[in-house]
Amino acid sequence: MTARDTDWDGVRLHVVTGKGGTGKTTVAAALALALAHAGRKVLLIEAEGRQGIARLFDRPPLPYAERKIAIGPGEADDGRDAGGDVYALAIDPEGALLDYLQMFYNLRGVGNALNKLGMVDFATTIAPGLADVLVTGKATEATRRRQAGTASPPGGDPPGTPRSKAQSGFAYDAVVLDAPPTGRIGRFLNVTAEVSGLAKVGPVRAHADSVANVIKSPQTAVHFVSTLEEMPVQETLDGIAEIRAIPGMQVGGIVINMAQPAMLSREDLKGPPDLAAMAAALTAAGLHSTDALAAELADELAGHARHVELEDRERTDIEAAGQPVYELTLIPEGIDLAALHRLAAELRDQGAA
Amino acid sequence: MTTNPQLDIDRIIDDRRIRIVVCCGSGGVGKTTTAAAIGLRAAERGRQVCVLTVDPARRLAQSMGLSSLDNTPRLVEGIDDEAGGSLHAMMLDMKRTFDEIVEAHSDPTRAAQILANPFYQSLSSSFAGTQEYMAMEKLGQLRRSDEWDLIVVDTPPSRSALDFLDAPERLGRFLDGRLIRLLTSPVKAGRPFGRMLNAGFSMMTGAMTKVLGGQLLRDAQTFVTAFDTMFGGFRERADATYKLLQAPGTSFLVVATPEPDALREASYFVERLDEERMPLAGLLLNRVHSAGSCRLSAARSVGAAETLETMISNGPLATDSAARDTLAAQTLSAAALRLHASRMNLGERERRVAGSFMSAHPAVPVVEVPALPDDVHDLAGLRRVGELFAATQ
Repeated sequence: MTARDTDWDGVRLHVVTGKGGTGKTTVAAALALALAHAGRKVLLIEAEGRQGIARLFDRPPLPYAERKIAIGPGEADDGRDAGGDVYALAIDPEGALLDYLQMFYNLRGVGNALNKLGMVDFATTIAPGLADVLVTGKATEATRRRQAGTASPPGGDPPGTPRSKAQSGFAYDAVVLDAPPTGRIGRFLNVTAEVSGLAKVGPVRAHADSVANVIKSPQTAVHFVSTLEEMPVQETLDGIAEIRAIPGMQVGGIVINMAQPAMLSREDLKGPPDLAAMAAALTAAGLHSTDALAAELADELAGHARHVELEDRERTDIEAAGQPVYELTLIPEGIDLAALHRLAAELRDQGAA
Repeated sequence: MTTNPQLDIDRIIDDRRIRIVVCCGSGGVGKTTTAAAIGLRAAERGRQVCVLTVDPARRLAQSMGLSSLDNTPRLVEGIDDEAGGSLHAMMLDMKRTFDEIVEAHSDPTRAAQILANPFYQSLSSSFAGTQEYMAMEKLGQLRRSDEWDLIVVDTPPSRSALDFLDAPERLGRFLDGRLIRLLTSPVKAGRPFGRMLNAGFSMMTGAMTKVLGGQLLRDAQTFVTAFDTMFGGFRERADATYKLLQAPGTSFLVVATPEPDALREASYFVERLDEERMPLAGLLLNRVHSAGSCRLSAARSVGAAETLETMISNGPLATDSAARDTLAAQTLSAAALRLHASRMNLGERERRVAGSFMSAHPAVPVVEVPALPDDVHDLAGLRRVGELFAATQ
């Protein structure tokens, strides 16, 4: 049994997208950590070979293989201090094609020969959509995969299948996919439409259909990462509209990343401060030249007030989308493993995992 | 803060020998705004400018009077044309650009055949790399038309800045490659490559058919056959544009924010340009949080804030209005000091991150552009950004 309900109980494939520069990979990693509690096993997949996950976890570049990369938070309060495991996998289309050849046709030897001749690179490029189908195919395969010794029922699992590992028998309790940026997400996920012009029948089409069965089901949610800036918010809202327009797909939460901690109340930021009183306070604090200092600090306050006002406007727009919103505090020191755990805890506290 | 030379944007803008400025960098660093602001500034300094942009934010496009995506340079109204300059701007429509090349390179019947092929339709609208290829193609067209004396191009939003340089070559390789030729004429394939490769090739096509399906392969073959006559054209065009990028009239401006990821991409790009002997103008370090006029250090600022906070929590209850005012001023001052300290720390971190880029590339000219509190919505906003580019430290 899980300790408590989360907003995404029943979701097993978490797709994370966001505009470039919003910290999509960081949020995907934090979400994977957050999901990996109480002995649960989570796979974190990087879809666009940037090796950002390896960097975040301070590891050498990830191979095309599922490797354990971190241990999730233990939960002392529910009496079982067992952290789960986060595995990571960096997918590239070429590796995914070789994998696909092996898995479905037992053709790895041929695949390697093809690869040497540049044929694999050729195939993943010449057939538009194929690269995306291969990547999403790998993610959905990992989502559906059963633990060794348990057979998968035909046609996948009914929605609402119990999630806990012991009962479900899945290889992974959850899969988090660090997906392409918002601008490409609809096309990336709408695999059946993408290959339909090319492959009306045949193995690629069948593969795309099986991928769509997972992606267009309640098992999958697409989460958006945004900062409180105009362009990322606009892209997020556009992306949400795009996903909503694809039948069967589920929009997940919106994660506001790198939110500035509120250092001042909205009340404090309202009017121009009393400079003389501020100067007196600064003098009392042992500072010098406090008249000039008070004026400079007041300028900074005014700039900050403008910024907060702008952020509030963007936050209102995000909330109007009607999806659960989570806010992650800016970690100015940069992201390391400790920071990821902090972000994971924030996601857990807000019910995202 | 650095010993790197100062990047002088105005010198680039005013140098009439420079005909192309390419703004590149990873996603989310402000490339499009940078390109637009440079274009506006150059136009207001007397040049005939065309800004070629790819997928701009809607409001930025509107600020330049671009409401529709129509693949044609449009005159931007409302600029200061006293110096005799003009500004055009266009958004790239990659499918339209691709269609136009097809139409220009084949007779009408064949062109219609290609345009109707489902394979072509996917390739021209969703192939990762087509956008880069078409951006470069459009750049070549604009340059050849010679209607503008400066073209500012904003590179497509891709995971890596290098994609802009690599994708056209990649697309060219596929449209022009040996393998695709083998694929189109498997019967003849044995002759030039000998028996062993022929055997290997049958195995390959067998495997490809198995994986991709016979229909897909037939579609690809039909498409490639129809496309065959244009391959030479494609390769030549890609090569010509690539050479254009190596010519002295081109200047690459790498845009980055003072964050590790963006500067890592910038670093790759700078090294790559060097390898390709492409002319680098310098690095535009965008959204830098400058210290401002207040020089109080973060440590002293936090110390003073702590002193005030202690005074507040240990002090007597404010009973009259004067005491309440003092308390309010102390609270506000403590918060302002904390805010200031975080600004100073942020600036310090940014300097550290930027410093490691600069020590790795000490010869690269750099200009720092302060972070703006607001987004850019109109020409006045773009003009302000352009002024920031030009303001020396």
